[in-house]
Amino acid sequence: MNLLEIKNIKKSFGDLEVLKDISISVAEGEVVSILGPSGSGKSTLLRCATMLETMDSGSLIYCGENAATDVNGKSVYAPKKDLKRIQNYFGLVFQNFNLFPHYTVLKNITDAPVHVQKRDKEEVEKEAMALLKQMGIEDKFDYYPSQLSGGQQQRVAIARALAMNPKLLFFDEPTSALDPELTSEILRVLRDLAAEKMTMVIVTHEIEFARNVSDRVIFMDEGYIVEQGAPEKVIDNPDNDRVRAFLAKIK
Amino acid sequence: MKKRPVIAVFVFAALLVPALFASCSGISGSDVNWFMGVVYQLSNGMWASLLLFGCTILFSMPLGLLVCFARRSRFKVIELITKFYISIMRGTPLMLQLLVVYFAPYYIFKISLSSEYRTYAAIIGFALNYAAYFAEIYRSGIEAVPKGHHEAAKVLGYSKSQTFIKIVFPQMVRHTLPPVTNEIITLVKDTSLAFAIAYIDMFKIAKELSAQQSNIMPLFVAGLFYYIFNFVVSFVMGKIEKRAKRYE
Repeated sequence: MNLLEIKNIKKSFGDLEVLKDISISVAEGEVVSILGPSGSGKSTLLRCATMLETMDSGSLIYCGENAATDVNGKSVYAPKKDLKRIQNYFGLVFQNFNLFPHYTVLKNITDAPVHVQKRDKEEVEKEAMALLKQMGIEDKFDYYPSQLSGGQQQRVAIARALAMNPKLLFFDEPTSALDPELTSEILRVLRDLAAEKMTMVIVTHEIEFARNVSDRVIFMDEGYIVEQGAPEKVIDNPDNDRVRAFLAKIK
Repeated sequence: MKKRPVIAVFVFAALLVPALFASCSGISGSDVNWFMGVVYQLSNGMWASLLLFGCTILFSMPLGLLVCFARRSRFKVIELITKFYISIMRGTPLMLQLLVVYFAPYYIFKISLSSEYRTYAAIIGFALNYAAYFAEIYRSGIEAVPKGHHEAAKVLGYSKSQTFIKIVFPQMVRHTLPPVTNEIITLVKDTSLAFAIAYIDMFKIAKELSAQQSNIMPLFVAGLFYYIFNFVVSFVMGKIEKRAKRYE
């Protein structure tokens, strides 16, 4: 079964049509990278998928449950109660981390599982410590975010998202705010997650990384998917001129 | 710790100023008794000032939060009414507002109120006025919380009220401590405006003593009271601010 199914999303901001007609499905265990020039609609797509933005038309389905259904060319969202449940299927890691500055690292990770998912605090804390260990920062559990480097903050943000036990994790340019050295830290973490068969959708500018970890690469331009397929195909031997020009420019 | 001598200098200077004035106006050593007498009489008014100060803080700070919510309401009508309220409170003299609160029940509704109402009128007038200022301070603090924090909270499944209580409010408090301290200090001194409705506070007593004795000194002694009080206020708020900043 597909974890995520997006059908014919359209989204405009005023007169500006950002997503023109996009359909994507993501299977369990799949790692999908989304590439494309700025302004191509990658981030908007991610924001629609995570329901931070409402789409104008199209449908959004997680694990067979409809979050939004297309009714005569208009997206109709499920009742709040259902959306709250569906929200648990996915997590999102932001470009600028968005950790809560007044919470320690541990509280950033445990607060939502304890107070939103109502899970046992002790158990969640144990799990959080294990996640921090996996991220290689278990000694920082009582630090505040401001006392950490960008790479460490992003690792905490990833741990925070993982602590909710999502089936699918979205990453919105997770390394864009980091320098090359810290970027490689985060890419290593993502690689490990991919090896564990975590389902991930990653918006990124790291072409090499996309080639190495993704099962599938999606290239977007001007609100459309212009090419998608295996990374070797899309990145090394693209059919589309626009993709070729973009890749040539950043290589 | 380098701070203690600094504090000592401040307190010393504060005591020295009236002492200097005292010596200039030719008051001799036996006037320690006089000084204590003035302090004693002023301290009676001090309670009235403290009562007004305490009640205003107690009511205006939470009321300010309500006004702030109304000001940010997505209902245009509520937003407009609140904007009007804030502009009146900030745009007209507090003294006039006190007079309106005190006399309105009589002139508009023909209700004659007991003299006790004077105290209530002062507290109501101050609380309404300060709530408007606090509301705008809170608003700036809420708007300073990055949009990304709201989004992170939403994706993590926090409800709207959880997001406000757990994520926004603590950061708002942190952002607004310096301007709130400013308001509190201003309020300490503003309590003296209650004389407009013949509320007997410390400054009113100081003025009466000053008139009786044809001597400006009681006013300086009152000034000393305000200064020491505000010194304590800034000290306490400084401590709170330091604590709130621990995560920076």
